[in-house]
Amino acid sequence: MTEKKINIRVPVLARVEGEGALELDIQNNQISHLNLNIFEPPRLFEKLLEGKHYSDVPDIVARICGICPVAYQMSAVHAFESLFNIQVSPWVNDMRRLFYCGEWIESHALHIHLLAAPDFLGFESAPAMAKKYPAEVKRGVEIQNVGNQIVRLLGGRSVHPIGVKVGGFHHAPSQDDISVLLNTVTKKLPDVEAMLQWCSALLLPDIAQDFTSVSLRCNTEYPMNMGKIVSTEGLELAVDKYQTVFKEHHESHSTALYSLMNGKPYLVGPLARLNLNYKKLPDEIRQLVENIPISFPSKNMYHSMYARAVEVLYAFHESIRILEKYTIPDSPAVDVKVQAGVAYGCTEAPRGILWHCYEVDEDGIINRATITPPTSQNQARIEEDLKSTLSEFGLDRKQDEIRFQAEQIIRNYDPCISCATHFLDLRINRK
Amino acid sequence: MSRVKVAVHKFSSCDGCQLAFLNLGADLLLLSDLVDIKHFAEAGVLDEGEHVDIAFVEGSVSTNRELQCIKEVRKNSDYLITIGACATSGGIQALRNINDAKSWVEAIYAKSEFIDSLDKVSPIADVVKVDFELWGCPVSSEQVVTTIRSLLSGVTPKDNTEKVCMECKRRNNICTMVTKNEPCLGPVSKAGCGAICPAFGRGCYACYGPAENGNTEALNRRIIGLGYSKQQTSQRYQLFNNNAPEFKSASKKVLKS
Repeated sequence: MTEKKINIRVPVLARVEGEGALELDIQNNQISHLNLNIFEPPRLFEKLLEGKHYSDVPDIVARICGICPVAYQMSAVHAFESLFNIQVSPWVNDMRRLFYCGEWIESHALHIHLLAAPDFLGFESAPAMAKKYPAEVKRGVEIQNVGNQIVRLLGGRSVHPIGVKVGGFHHAPSQDDISVLLNTVTKKLPDVEAMLQWCSALLLPDIAQDFTSVSLRCNTEYPMNMGKIVSTEGLELAVDKYQTVFKEHHESHSTALYSLMNGKPYLVGPLARLNLNYKKLPDEIRQLVENIPISFPSKNMYHSMYARAVEVLYAFHESIRILEKYTIPDSPAVDVKVQAGVAYGCTEAPRGILWHCYEVDEDGIINRATITPPTSQNQARIEEDLKSTLSEFGLDRKQDEIRFQAEQIIRNYDPCISCATHFLDLRINRK
Repeated sequence: MSRVKVAVHKFSSCDGCQLAFLNLGADLLLLSDLVDIKHFAEAGVLDEGEHVDIAFVEGSVSTNRELQCIKEVRKNSDYLITIGACATSGGIQALRNINDAKSWVEAIYAKSEFIDSLDKVSPIADVVKVDFELWGCPVSSEQVVTTIRSLLSGVTPKDNTEKVCMECKRRNNICTMVTKNEPCLGPVSKAGCGAICPAFGRGCYACYGPAENGNTEALNRRIIGLGYSKQQTSQRYQLFNNNAPEFKSASKKVLKS
């Protein structure tokens, strides 16, 4: 038999946030070895949090990810509030939901237009795509900008916002600021509906896979800040019991830890959320979605991009609802009394559940911190998807085609590699 | 005339400063007409090796690989600009410099021998020559656009050098230290953020780094006078610009005072 051995090296995986590489060995037209290497430099957040006061944690953990700082702040404040037995006001809950809507809109719109759409329309990058589709790209970045404006309202700025504290917010926006924003969000709504139609009309591959979806679920609302951890296999778990089912381990080829559920890969993120919570969407959104030939639950990972578009539309509706009933509160935060113990928090980051755990002493100092970001939870699922989808795609194809396909598969998960405390370069070995 | 070539590189960071470009909205499209973006991995443009007129660098140097990469970036660029606290002063991850970095890696990674991580995190200027620094955690879109516009017009760029207190006064903020006893670092911190923390009623945490001639000793006495411990006062400096020499020394001195 003739032996063919080819080595490809592509130095950077583009359009993901952070740094990664893919190693692929093909033997007799079968994948013998596949590794998604993440070599985002470790910044050791869990250790640098030790010795910090709990009140500094929301500002510090925001710096884990510039794309989703709100998520990090939310999981942290919920953890401490649950340990300190703090009940925040309905106003705070509403404002946190609005704040999260801003981040979902900003992060999802950035992913759809600047990171993912060029794949489906055959461009190397968003600036290249913008030459052929200027109106669509412009619409996309304007939607993204509305998300940033929402975050700015409550956070002072859209990257590393400064408005959050344990117990609530530092500041309540004025009625004037709310009116201006409500006007902006309402005016942009028709564009968001047009974007949803545009995303649904993109030619998405039709590949069904078997995977388990995991998300939060809350009786009263589409999950963001509250709820239990549930799966499509019937799991229902309180946030503080997370580690009984989900375990992280280290593989030598990666600086991201791998998280498995009872030893198996699972999916978190927009598609998983919709698979588990579709019925929690308001009727008006479900009606729009039901006119489109993509339905949830979906087993097609390429529907992730469309799921993001649905969530952007939802976040617009939710923002309008919250802004319309806005009133100035007596106080934007409640008082905090420290209690020693272990604090657990889990919220829905744009990319999926983000779990935090802190050991706190009686002075409010952090003795130990554990943070499980969405990307380390999706990492095993991405490898599983690559193995099955690339095999189906055909391993005898040209290397460039395989590389393109692999990148597209990975981008479905919108891996935020800097989050996973973590990047792509493709090496194919054919034997 | 050919357009000015620009590259945006990432080192150890949160990706937040690159958003100063990606959050430009419709102006991002204008920018990609004004300059020729040669390398910007997150935006899908990849040509690391090409020689550019301006290189923007986000992130600090924390691995052997990065130590090599930054030298290549320097070789391939005429004008190198650091963006943000990580690139300019080391960032929050530079806290390992005053701790036992090895044991930190071992505590997080079961197979720490496979982790490429230096014991010391360095701002870019510690490794290669930097032509211009933009401070901020994160830098703002205004800062990067103003810098590019200045360079396109053949003007040496200028960054804000005044203190947060000045920005605060102009915004008519009520002083949080005077009225709320908040330990505010505004008097010793570079402006540029828009004094957003005092505007929201909280003390400044110096995300734009140390201002020139900041009197940290007097400020520390004041903060201690408000009832904060030496340890708590020292901790105020140990955040996003902890490795900036002025803050490093202020943080140490207060413990010994």
